[in-house]
Amino acid sequence: MTTPATGAHAHLGSHGDEHGHHPQSFFRKYLWSTDHKMIAMQYLFTGAALALIGGYLAYVFRMQLAFPGMNVPGYGLVTPGKYNALVTMHGTIMIFWVAMPVLVAAFGNFLIPLMIGCDDMVFPRINRLSYQVFLLSAIILIASFFVHNGAFGGAWTSYPPLSAKGAYNLSPLGASLWLIAVALEFVAFLLGGLNFVVTTMNGRAPGMRMWDIPVVVWMIVLASILFMASVGPLIAGAVMLLFDQRLGTAFYDPGRGGDPLLWQHLFWFFGHPEVYVVLLPALGIVAEIITVFARKKLFGYRTVLYTTWATGVLSFVVWAHHQFIAGIDPRMANVFTITTLLISVPITEMIFVYIATLYGGSIRFTTPMLWALSFIAEFLIGGVTGIFLGASGADIYFHDTYFVVAHFHYTFFPSAIIGMFAALSFWYPKMFGRMMNETLGKIHFWGTVIAFNVIFIPLFITGAAGDQRRIYNYALFPEQAKPGLQHLRELSTIGVIVLLAFQIPFLINFFWSLKHGERAPENPWLSNTLEWTVPSPPPHGNFAELPTVYRGPYEYSAPGRKTDYWPQNEPIAPVEEAAL
Amino acid sequence: MSSHSIANLRSVTGIPTARLVTWWVIASEIFIFGGLLVSYVMHRLAHPEWAIAAANTNTKAGAFNTFVLLTSSLFAVLAHKAADAEDGPKAAKFLRLTALGGFMFLTVKGFEWAHEIKEGFVLSSGGFWSFYYTVAGLHGLHVLAGAIIMLVIASDAAKNRELPRVQCIGLYWHFVDIIWIFLFPLLYIAK
Amino acid sequence: MSSESRTEAAHIHHPDYVKIWAVLVVLLIVSVLGPLTGIRWLMLFTAFGIAIVKAYLVAKNFMHVNLEKRWVTYLLVTSLVFLAILFSGVAPDIMRHQGLRWENYAAKKAVESGSQASAKHE
Repeated sequence: MTTPATGAHAHLGSHGDEHGHHPQSFFRKYLWSTDHKMIAMQYLFTGAALALIGGYLAYVFRMQLAFPGMNVPGYGLVTPGKYNALVTMHGTIMIFWVAMPVLVAAFGNFLIPLMIGCDDMVFPRINRLSYQVFLLSAIILIASFFVHNGAFGGAWTSYPPLSAKGAYNLSPLGASLWLIAVALEFVAFLLGGLNFVVTTMNGRAPGMRMWDIPVVVWMIVLASILFMASVGPLIAGAVMLLFDQRLGTAFYDPGRGGDPLLWQHLFWFFGHPEVYVVLLPALGIVAEIITVFARKKLFGYRTVLYTTWATGVLSFVVWAHHQFIAGIDPRMANVFTITTLLISVPITEMIFVYIATLYGGSIRFTTPMLWALSFIAEFLIGGVTGIFLGASGADIYFHDTYFVVAHFHYTFFPSAIIGMFAALSFWYPKMFGRMMNETLGKIHFWGTVIAFNVIFIPLFITGAAGDQRRIYNYALFPEQAKPGLQHLRELSTIGVIVLLAFQIPFLINFFWSLKHGERAPENPWLSNTLEWTVPSPPPHGNFAELPTVYRGPYEYSAPGRKTDYWPQNEPIAPVEEAAL
Repeated sequence: MSSHSIANLRSVTGIPTARLVTWWVIASEIFIFGGLLVSYVMHRLAHPEWAIAAANTNTKAGAFNTFVLLTSSLFAVLAHKAADAEDGPKAAKFLRLTALGGFMFLTVKGFEWAHEIKEGFVLSSGGFWSFYYTVAGLHGLHVLAGAIIMLVIASDAAKNRELPRVQCIGLYWHFVDIIWIFLFPLLYIAK
Repeated sequence: MSSESRTEAAHIHHPDYVKIWAVLVVLLIVSVLGPLTGIRWLMLFTAFGIAIVKAYLVAKNFMHVNLEKRWVTYLLVTSLVFLAILFSGVAPDIMRHQGLRWENYAAKKAVESGSQASAKHE
């Protein structure tokens, strides 16, 4: 089945100038690179920069919610229109320009060729193009802040008629720029996803069967497939929305025979699988980390795969749980309640597998391990609170309250932010050739996780009490909130400020360690996967000699071995073979 | 070519990477066109009066264009056959004929639309016309992109280079043809 | 790469593509003649039935789907299945013009005036 690389290509030296040792210009090395590792860095830094912007937006609107009508330091007065834009752009940026680029694009790009034992993606130039399209999309999105009437304020879900008519959303130019930016981001991820899928299918090292692929690679590939499938109908829907905005069509205009529900369906048909696009890579990252720092085999590799496939399929039949009170056919609401409750089962199973992996392990509480463990704990809360929302009866009450906001932050934050920090702290030595400072790492960890809970636990309470979403000032709309809870809203806002403040130790750690961190060996964590067999950071072309794989990625603490880890590319020694 | 990574040359699945990626592209395009067509079909079934608007589409032009695309698909697969026989110049010739078919298709469509616009049927003229122009327009863009890429591949093939790409662009072209095979009854015959 | 295609060329049996093209053209002609019969269900049957047959012929004979690995077929079929799921989840809302507590006046009026107009024609 596998096609070993032919003799002429097994060694990098004979590959011609493309991989020669002549120094590359700054332009070719940093701006015009086709090297997957450099493209990963580009995605990572762009995503991180946008995370700071997204975090700032949250700070501003939470200040408005805690101290309504007051000038927000570092921003000014928050008008209703600006509030809507802040909330819209926060959500949009965090999902499309932070979570996806960091988890899928950055780590997918960096890890996949290394972990499957090849030199780069199968289409390096398309890879470069995908980042360029992505960068363009980010620029257009940021530009929308500065155009007449500012950024789009119709929520990240962009429901028409609000999003279709400038008379309603008051930022028609921003609305179209938003749509174009999102569409370009989709194109970038379609291009990137193709690379991930085809590289993993075809580019694996000899000996690496499907069951030897590290879980994180599987997860990113499956996430890419989920994305590719679900985004299609939304692209169609977005074209229709753009035409409604600009060209006078009435696809979604009920006044002219259209149907706004069509957009909702097309959006959420994508929107629900999208959350799994963000979740799956985080689950993969956690799997890699807990096996290494518990020195234990993954409890059920094939179980994890089968449940992930099941989740992927199920994720396509739950979408209308976002529309329970939008006026959909109540019989469909019954169907979607059942499927939504069903989909909690495979994910729960995965959490059990992870806990079983940890059980009896020899646990080391390094910074990456702390992040991975906190993912499990926090995501559990997110998942459990989703059950309330998945039941259409309960959702009639909870929909559009802060309970929903707290729920999805307990799922998104672990996936996108905790997942990002877990991955960064784990693979930083490999990416940058230096070790991060453990003390700063732990300070950052505890500050972030505690602050995160301080932000969102109050919102579960206020949401369950009845606080409605997307209201910029409860003083002016008292019937949209429960009175007497302002102290909780203030507490939540303090949490945001503390959270942002605790990112400072991380930034210090990140940039200081780049120059002054202890030099990282090839395999500081004593891990089995292939990326730890190359220098830190890996050279252009990754492997001086392309590896052959002999076993799965999780052979930790295998009985009868001198060391408690067993790299995938270590040949089977004759003595051990006899013992088998 | 030196810019092929080693990963590009491997083929664990047994399918060459170029063809593998083409299938994935086609799969994702099925979702894009599918989403649009599903939306159209739902509306069309709920709006029988759209048949009145639909009566104004030019069935003859649609049929001729179907014929053009079918024939261009024939040329595309003959190009594949030639490329398989390592005959680059012949493959290039067939690819160029295919692309020519694509441009002919677009020209006929151009005349069709010009006539319809003159009659007053534009994108915003109502539900049927909005879908008509959007779907056929998206399809037309794919035809244009495909024809251009085909010419680029043809110029390589003429020099006996990158012959496997001939099959891949052919696959894409057949897919675009199949979309039209469904668009034709949807927009022209169901009246 | 060229050695790869040589092995495949040895395996791909190229059928008579011109004959298949001729069949497709004939089918096209039949589907165009359908509306001329005036029998609505026959016209729809020929139009869409033939479209499915033509698509199958192109996929099988021009795209050689049946010669690819099985999972390619599964991938394509799965996409169609998911589109069917999309249709079944959305149609109950989009294909109706009124619900328990809502009514799409504009759509209803359009259908109404359309059926009046066609009644006048007859």
